Amino acid sequence: MAKFNLNINGKTQEVEVDPSTPMLWVLRDHFKLLGTKYGCGIAQCGACTVHLGDDAVRSCQLPVSSVGDKDITTIEGLSEKGDHPVQQAWLEVDVPQCGYCQAGQIMTASALLEKNPNPSDEEIETAMNGNICRCGTYTRIKKAVKIAANSVNA
Amino acid sequence: MTLVKTAIGRRSFIKSSALVGGGLMLGFNWLASCKLNPEQVNSLPGEWFELNGYLKIADNGQVTIMSPNPEGGQNVKTAMPMIVAEELDIDWKDVIVEQAPLNTDLYSRQFIGGSQAIRTSWEGLRMAGATARHMLKAAAAEAWKVPIEEITTETGTLHHKSSKKSASFGEMASAAAQISVPEEVELKAIDDFKIIGTSKKNVDGHKIVTGKPLFGIDTQSEGMLTAMIVHPPAFGMKLKSVDDTAVKTMPGIQDVFTLNVLDDNYERQHFDTCTFLEVVAIVGHSTWEVMNAKKAISVEWEPFETYAEERKPYRGPKQKLMIPSGLENTSDHKAKMAEMGSKKAAIVRRDGKPETAFRNAAKIIERTYTAPFLAHNCMEPMNFFADVKGDSAQLSGPLQKAELTELAISARLGIPVEQIDIQLTRLGGGYGRRSYAHWALEAAVISQKMKAPVKLVYTREDDMTGGIYRPAYQVTYKAALDSSNNLTALHINAGGIPESPLYANRFPAGAVDHYLAESWKISTNITIGSFRAPRSNFMASAEQSFLDEVAESAGKDPIDFRLELLNRAAKNPVGEKNDYDADRYAGVLKLVKEKSNWGKKDPDIKRGVAAYFCHNSYAAQVVDMTWENDQPNIQKVTCAIDCGIVINPDAASNLCEGGIVDGIGNALYGELPFKDGSPQKRNFDTYHMIRMSESPKEIDVHFVKNNVDPTGLGEPTFPPIFAALANALYSATGKRFYNQPFINEMKALK
Ligand code: FES
Ligand code: FES
Repeated sequence: MAKFNLNINGKTQEVEVDPSTPMLWVLRDHFKLLGTKYGCGIAQCGACTVHLGDDAVRSCQLPVSSVGDKDITTIEGLSEKGDHPVQQAWLEVDVPQCGYCQAGQIMTASALLEKNPNPSDEEIETAMNGNICRCGTYTRIKKAVKIAANSVNA
Repeated sequence: MTLVKTAIGRRSFIKSSALVGGGLMLGFNWLASCKLNPEQVNSLPGEWFELNGYLKIADNGQVTIMSPNPEGGQNVKTAMPMIVAEELDIDWKDVIVEQAPLNTDLYSRQFIGGSQAIRTSWEGLRMAGATARHMLKAAAAEAWKVPIEEITTETGTLHHKSSKKSASFGEMASAAAQISVPEEVELKAIDDFKIIGTSKKNVDGHKIVTGKPLFGIDTQSEGMLTAMIVHPPAFGMKLKSVDDTAVKTMPGIQDVFTLNVLDDNYERQHFDTCTFLEVVAIVGHSTWEVMNAKKAISVEWEPFETYAEERKPYRGPKQKLMIPSGLENTSDHKAKMAEMGSKKAAIVRRDGKPETAFRNAAKIIERTYTAPFLAHNCMEPMNFFADVKGDSAQLSGPLQKAELTELAISARLGIPVEQIDIQLTRLGGGYGRRSYAHWALEAAVISQKMKAPVKLVYTREDDMTGGIYRPAYQVTYKAALDSSNNLTALHINAGGIPESPLYANRFPAGAVDHYLAESWKISTNITIGSFRAPRSNFMASAEQSFLDEVAESAGKDPIDFRLELLNRAAKNPVGEKNDYDADRYAGVLKLVKEKSNWGKKDPDIKRGVAAYFCHNSYAAQVVDMTWENDQPNIQKVTCAIDCGIVINPDAASNLCEGGIVDGIGNALYGELPFKDGSPQKRNFDTYHMIRMSESPKEIDVHFVKNNVDPTGLGEPTFPPIFAALANALYSATGKRFYNQPFINEMKALK
């Protein structure tokens, strides 16, 4: 057990856990930030995606001890009112089916647009390929990413 | 308008106890569950009046509609309330939707399965809205002392024309709640629909994109413990012994014990499939601690002996199933299916004289198709919350068949169903998997033992290796053509492990003079369950690939060839039990032909077509692909579907798109092989799920417009896409694909 001070969604918060604990479980079990989802635990599905600094990372493979003072943003912290351009585009296209994978999809997409505000189809596919959606909403996700890109650039 | 009796028929959705007007206010917790801004607080209703089990009207005109069925991505939580709102005649923006808990007194068939939610509840939901509207009108008639026939409604307002009186629904709600339920109500004419047929956004959209805790796995409760199970590593194995000494003292671990999922004398129903009868439970404070203990525990397993299992199936009498001992292998499965398929089997349907027709044939085509076991891989792993205290239980989780789960849990815990409360959480995917809720029993037993609230969570590996798979199948089709290339006879020999996929009365039965369908099955200890369009998902893939090959051999266009057969089935059907409407079937083929510009040839685009009827809806699809770097690049899928009246078109289209993407993924990559009883894929590093770059670039869905009552949509687009894809792959590569997943034979092409 060790104590960690973490910057999560703009707030510094303390937690005492085993240093090997993945951020996914720190977020879900200790901070009750339940928007970040468990899907595979081995960085293959993207359901657990959060931002570490500016990067989209798989929190299931991110030990709490490796975070340090970097900022962590979860779906709950992406925007105050749920009106981030990516979230708005998601609502406009009505992307979700079951919805389980969508927080991860949105976190991956928003990190992509932060770095590359005008991605090509191929760049979108490369960035989003780590996020599985069994419901099969990929064509809508791609459409929503493009709409969000246009609104970011507008 | 149509006049319908509100009398309680078997198919009716509302049960009598709910029809006592002004009944109890149900636990109304939406205010407690959201933080409100000042404007919202000002517009808060002072009081709510419940008119029936489906809806309550507030004094300020807001309407809360309960969505009875669990939501798993089919968007019923938006579509079902839309139907109620339509007949009630209100503005959709005044509607608040709430998920109803399991309540067998108020609602019937709170199921997800068979794409039947809308079809079976259509009448009941309309009636619920229309009944409430009638009660509001009656209240106004009483208040204004005018005949009810002179009262009209218009989006949330009641009018009396000659006296120029009007009132909002909110103003009349209190009086309406005192009105007795009418014996007959008028339903709107379909042409007068204002809400149905217009696209409404997902009522939970905002909650989903902001990460609100909607799913079973998000359940939290004071003092809640986390539990996981350890189940045998292979089918055919059972628990021998557990050594938990190292684990019990690990940080955060509360208890380790073994449990029997079902009592020995329990009479199983259709959905009580239980893969592993005895499992080890590990209970602790946090997920990571329990996961670590799970890795550290040492458990010994041993092979079990053949045993019998009694079961009361969906329909028909009790069955006795033999569960064979042994550690099975995929290679043996294939060999056994090949052997069974080469023999005569039980005849399910026979028309004309198939043997003679084959003897006289000018040409015979015979092909065999196979498909492997598939895991559902819902993105939300299996999980369930249970708080069992003495003689009552509070339960919550993602269930497709909550009513049946409740019965099983009641029997296992010895607690009457009246003392069990089940909240229905959003399902992070279901596709059939969550109809078999052995994990709910496990959670309940663990909570009862721990005397504490417990959330049971399966790891992805537990989930993928835990059984309830799509069965493995094989079918051989044999066709006879005469010298003018007419299809004169068809022979189908279908079977699987452990069930046959055959639907003997579906197309092309009825369109061929001489027809023979045979069926067989092979037992296994690998458990199976419904998987998005059960059996259809395989039969469509094989049948529609085969017809493509027969059309080619007959020198006919694949769409024209199918239309020719359907024309025969419509005009002069063979046999009486044909399970489809040939005209509607042909309708989707004609629509897809038009919308895909089928006649227009582009040398770079390779195309394939398929159509199928299942779950009361008709679907036809055209796949357009290019072949690049030894791989398919799917440019576009055009889909035509006839599911009757479409409630919420954009959401309906989304569901069709999903079925198409999911089908392409499973056809190309889906497979769960076994070695010595052990599933050879345990997580998404080896189980290839379709990803964005492998999905169609564009999907174009078209609905047949008609006024037929709505039918299923979650499943019908899934089966035919396997074949449309296989047929497009053939035009791209010159090779027919007979064995799923196609990726294996695609690799061999290189
Ligand atoms: S749970 Fe982290 S990638 Fe799947
Ligand atoms: S919406 Fe269900 S898994 Fe993506």
